[in-house]
Amino acid sequence: MSTTEIATPLMSLEQKKRSRNVGLSLIFLALVSAFFLSARPGDAGFKLVESFTLVLPAQPFAQALAVVLGALGAVQLYRGFGKWTNVMLAFATAMFVVGFLAWATSGGSFNLTGMLQDTVTRSVPITLGAIAGILCERSGIINIAIEGQLLGGAFAGAVVGSLYGPWFGVLGAMAMGVGLSALLAVFAIRFRVDQVIVGFAINFFSLGLTSFLSQRVLTPHPEYNIVKPFTPYAVPLLSDIPVIGVALFTQTYFVYISLFAVVITTWFMYRTRWGLRTRAVGEYPQAAGTLGVDVLKLRYRNVWIAGAVAGLGGAWWPIGTVGRFDQNITSGRGFIALAAVIFGRWHPVGALTAALVFGLAEAIQLKMSNLDTGIPSEFLLMAPYIVTLVVVAGFVGRSRAPKAAGQAYDASK
Amino acid sequence: MKLELRAITKRFPGVIANDNVNLTLNTGEVLALIGENGAGKSTLMSVLYGMYKPDEGEILIDDVAQVFSSPADAIAAGIGMVHQHFMLVPVFTVAENVVLGVEPTGRFGKLHIDEARKMVREISVKYNLDLDPDAIIEDLPVGVQQRVEIVKVLLRDAKVVVFDEPTAVLTPNEIVEFFEIVNTLVKAGRGVVFITHKLKEALSVANRIAVLRRGKVVGEADPATASESEIAEMMVGRPVQLTVEKKSAHAGEVVLSVSDLTVIDADGRTHVEGVSFSVHAGEIVGVAGVQGNGQTELVEALTGLRKAAGGTITLDGKDLTHSNPRERHHMGMAHIPEDRQRQGLVGGLSVAENLVLTRYHDDQFSHGLVVNWDAANLVADSLITEYDIRTPSKETGAGTLSGGNQQKVIVARELSRDLRLTIAAQPTRGVDVGSIEYIHSRIVKERDAGTAVLIVSTELDEVMALSDRLLVMYRGKVVAELDPKKVSPMEVGLYMAGSRPDGVVQK
Amino acid sequence: MKRVFNALGERLNRISSLKLTLLAVLTALIIGALIIVASDVDNLQNGDILGALSTVGSAYWALVVGSFGSLRAISNTINSSTPLILCGVSVAIAFKAGLFNIGATGQMLAGGMTALWVGFAMDGPGIIQVPLAIIAGAVGGAVFGAIPGVLKARTGAHEVITTIMLNNIMAFLILWLLKTDLFQREDRTDPISKLVSTQGRLPRLFGFLDGRADLIAHIGFIVAIGAVLAYWWFLKYSSTGFEFRAYGLNADAATYAGMHVKRLTVLSMTFAGGFAGLAGAAEVLGTYGYASQNFAGNIGFDAIAIALLGQSTPLGTLIAAILFGALQAGGRQMQTNSDVPIDLIIVLRALIVMFIAAPLLVKTIWRTKNASITVGQSFRGWGS
Repeated sequence: MSTTEIATPLMSLEQKKRSRNVGLSLIFLALVSAFFLSARPGDAGFKLVESFTLVLPAQPFAQALAVVLGALGAVQLYRGFGKWTNVMLAFATAMFVVGFLAWATSGGSFNLTGMLQDTVTRSVPITLGAIAGILCERSGIINIAIEGQLLGGAFAGAVVGSLYGPWFGVLGAMAMGVGLSALLAVFAIRFRVDQVIVGFAINFFSLGLTSFLSQRVLTPHPEYNIVKPFTPYAVPLLSDIPVIGVALFTQTYFVYISLFAVVITTWFMYRTRWGLRTRAVGEYPQAAGTLGVDVLKLRYRNVWIAGAVAGLGGAWWPIGTVGRFDQNITSGRGFIALAAVIFGRWHPVGALTAALVFGLAEAIQLKMSNLDTGIPSEFLLMAPYIVTLVVVAGFVGRSRAPKAAGQAYDASK
Repeated sequence: MKLELRAITKRFPGVIANDNVNLTLNTGEVLALIGENGAGKSTLMSVLYGMYKPDEGEILIDDVAQVFSSPADAIAAGIGMVHQHFMLVPVFTVAENVVLGVEPTGRFGKLHIDEARKMVREISVKYNLDLDPDAIIEDLPVGVQQRVEIVKVLLRDAKVVVFDEPTAVLTPNEIVEFFEIVNTLVKAGRGVVFITHKLKEALSVANRIAVLRRGKVVGEADPATASESEIAEMMVGRPVQLTVEKKSAHAGEVVLSVSDLTVIDADGRTHVEGVSFSVHAGEIVGVAGVQGNGQTELVEALTGLRKAAGGTITLDGKDLTHSNPRERHHMGMAHIPEDRQRQGLVGGLSVAENLVLTRYHDDQFSHGLVVNWDAANLVADSLITEYDIRTPSKETGAGTLSGGNQQKVIVARELSRDLRLTIAAQPTRGVDVGSIEYIHSRIVKERDAGTAVLIVSTELDEVMALSDRLLVMYRGKVVAELDPKKVSPMEVGLYMAGSRPDGVVQK
Repeated sequence: MKRVFNALGERLNRISSLKLTLLAVLTALIIGALIIVASDVDNLQNGDILGALSTVGSAYWALVVGSFGSLRAISNTINSSTPLILCGVSVAIAFKAGLFNIGATGQMLAGGMTALWVGFAMDGPGIIQVPLAIIAGAVGGAVFGAIPGVLKARTGAHEVITTIMLNNIMAFLILWLLKTDLFQREDRTDPISKLVSTQGRLPRLFGFLDGRADLIAHIGFIVAIGAVLAYWWFLKYSSTGFEFRAYGLNADAATYAGMHVKRLTVLSMTFAGGFAGLAGAAEVLGTYGYASQNFAGNIGFDAIAIALLGQSTPLGTLIAAILFGALQAGGRQMQTNSDVPIDLIIVLRALIVMFIAAPLLVKTIWRTKNASITVGQSFRGWGS
């Protein structure tokens, strides 16, 4: 008997559908450019560096954009871009965003570089939260508790940071994250409680406890709630590159740490023994277990590491930005991180991409409030959620999640 | 290496799974462990493999007592196991699966995948097990997956290899190949434990046979002298009929007619290709084939659970290619699904509710949108008696019943109404001998009442015994239509493997 | 004989599950007390442990008095419980069909807004307007709830993600709506809606008592009890209810049995949205009389805890919701009386849910030896 099964065709039905969706979305964006974005005449000024402002005539740009997007969409529908699909998509999305900004700014100018910098900054807690999610889910534990871990991290970061300085604050936040994830680990792994239930309970627990302590302790004792946040650190040489230098290399340590976390997680997940075992345990724990891999120990360890990462993400609020803790300061970013996990298909780089999309939306929204576009700001605020909805429904669909995610492991089965 | 299990007892709430079991295995020996489903074979092996701790008794290797608290300990002591459900990560490559747990690594735990490939190649050459280290498991046929499992065990240098029902997924020819592998292992000085419920195989490969019944070793047999019926009687505790009793069929008009049926899944794989056949009233047509050759998809297409990509299906002349399962139900089609726990039952619902799972919407049980539970309960009571379903009450959760009784619930539900066509997939998988006999007799009775019956089973003995006509499926096609009374299992086996008795290999 | 034993066994099981619940509540209260003491920084710094302990006493006493200590307290408990019951049923009915409805908040907002529109656009008579507005609330919630159901049935998009996204979308939509001319109160610039006409308000439950304007409970509570009864009847007798249960416990078997599982997916989310919409209507028409940006508060999330606690059964959900409502009402009293922040209630709820879900742990703590209760798997993984 030969080792080749029934021949697999070039493209499955699912892939075809997804590829068709990509094409249709491009056509849709082309239509938006043609009929909506080209409706406002005037030049848009994008300030890139202090001495140079890129001027784009909004209307012609939108028309050109419509042609380009339409052409890309047609090619996509006709024969597809194969392995270049992602590159093409990234290019098309970026151009559309520029077109949108040109439309919004027409007749005025704004600081594009600043907005990019803001995008990267705001993606930090979402990226770190998503990595925490990936670490858990790849080993078969669903982590709905990212929100709670971020919030706990933010609280501990503020208090410890106020008492002992920001670096200790970061450590304190990570310790808090580990503590909360240990709760998840004990309940989900040791007591085999439904992981979603524990996750939710931890979110409540964290929200309740931090709000309670904030009111009962921090309000009468403001000295526990004032941290000196990190200031941006310009990486020598790299920060001198125009635009990118400011956006990527003139940032607080949080940005560098989160980018490093993405790289290191990817490498470990796909190139090491730990990664192989983690993925095996998330897909089919019995297979790993019967080969002598200690499934429970591996899960415990991954959940703890995830807690530390999420706690670090939480520290971003007090130590990376405002210098203090407020009740429910994370306001749902943990759930966005959860969406980024799925959006990014359980891959750290995918999660980073998703986090940048959310970061961009937040940044645009802030800039938009200074420009008079006629669109109510609420709709801009909604945009990232609608994008996620569309992406999850249209492009991710029944994507391949770790099979064992959510199931307790019983060695004797 | 000499392995000894001494007075092993393992209890679960309400059951004694192993009761004072004693076994020994010497170097270079094949021990067949034989017993019915639920006799305690798997529990015993889980004890041996460190997955369960025995309540009493001990495991000795070369007369030294061992304590296995996890599979890792058992592996370290030289015990390897090939599980009935393969323990392979479907999205990993062969090499990744093989080295999992003993990965060759460098600094920071960096995986040396080249070395892993080399290790796989070395072993596959040494033991003549053809394998591509970079193939993804889920793309491989089950026979090859089993080879991966064997390589896994050999890589860990197991002195004792336990095979749990290894032949269930193989063709008769692959079984012969498998026995050769067993012989190679034995010649290389390894001991083999061969768990099975198939008497013939135990007789042909084992040096000794130990029979397990209700958790106890009830006897040992020497394959050279013992007969099949003797061992069967030891297994079951009473004389067993090894054949199905049935009169010759009186085939009537065509009931099910399938022409040129093709099934393609969402990933674009073709599972059933241009299949045509018909089933007449009052006859049993069997579909034989190795698991994974399109039988599952064929049944799903016939019952409406999967779309047909091409071809037509008619029942009593009416085209139902595009009807849903419910419409087919109302046209008199019954379906006993192949996986009773995944499909056939809702374990969390009561026995009574499961007895109407496919019928609650029939006029008998519903007024509009309201279920008439009084009627359903009455029917449940009578079915429980009629089909001898052993359950504490009709309110008991169906998931708590034994495999045989769960299957009886499904058979009772599906056969207890006027039918035109019954489709039964693996109707006796994992069921005790008593229940098997009963279910077989019910199916024959259904045929004699004039229903058309289609049986799909990977147990060649079962389809050959039950069928009046036999179809063989290989890679999505029906490659032969045979008269089960006129062919030998070996001949059918050749078709199942894609060859023909005249030596021509099919594409 | 065997049957008798089995029936007896089941009865005992139920008793032990009640005992387990009580032990879980007790454990949560003890941990809550520890938190109160540990956070009493000033007293602890002065070494006044007795002072810290007495805070616990007065806080917990206020919980009892504030929830059941007077007619007014009972009215407050009823008032807090009303939306919790309705949203609890919303989450529970989706759980029964194997779906996780995190979107009760958004559905409640949607239902509240449609009810509100009927509430201020009409001016009586109440006998027509009130039922109409309530129905409008259910419909609004149901339509909004159907969206994740349709998305899941058609594309496989997971409802956990889509409902979270829809909650956020709805939150901003409400903010925008409240600034439109249609909804915004004429003399205001902040996002606050017009008032529901007097005829359109839900009658007060204790309206027959003179001079007790402080008894704010309204007939929304009766709607909620009706919803629980409807839910009970639906599960027990309707064929769709049977399909929900089969689908929730084993989706493959439901498909095999010929149930239209995509339709069930849409239907269960629609029903869930309808119940949550009723909660929105009750809040807007009964409690507030207008809508602000935040009128759904945390109720949609609390409802998840309630459904889990009540194991998604009608009676369990009702009792859990009343327990949570009592904690809410008592918590407000506690905040006033003892300056222990009401957020302690959130902690207590989280702990109760955790302990209920982990009977093994409670048993270990209290060394009891009773049979287990199961919450059951609520989640099928991220797959379809």
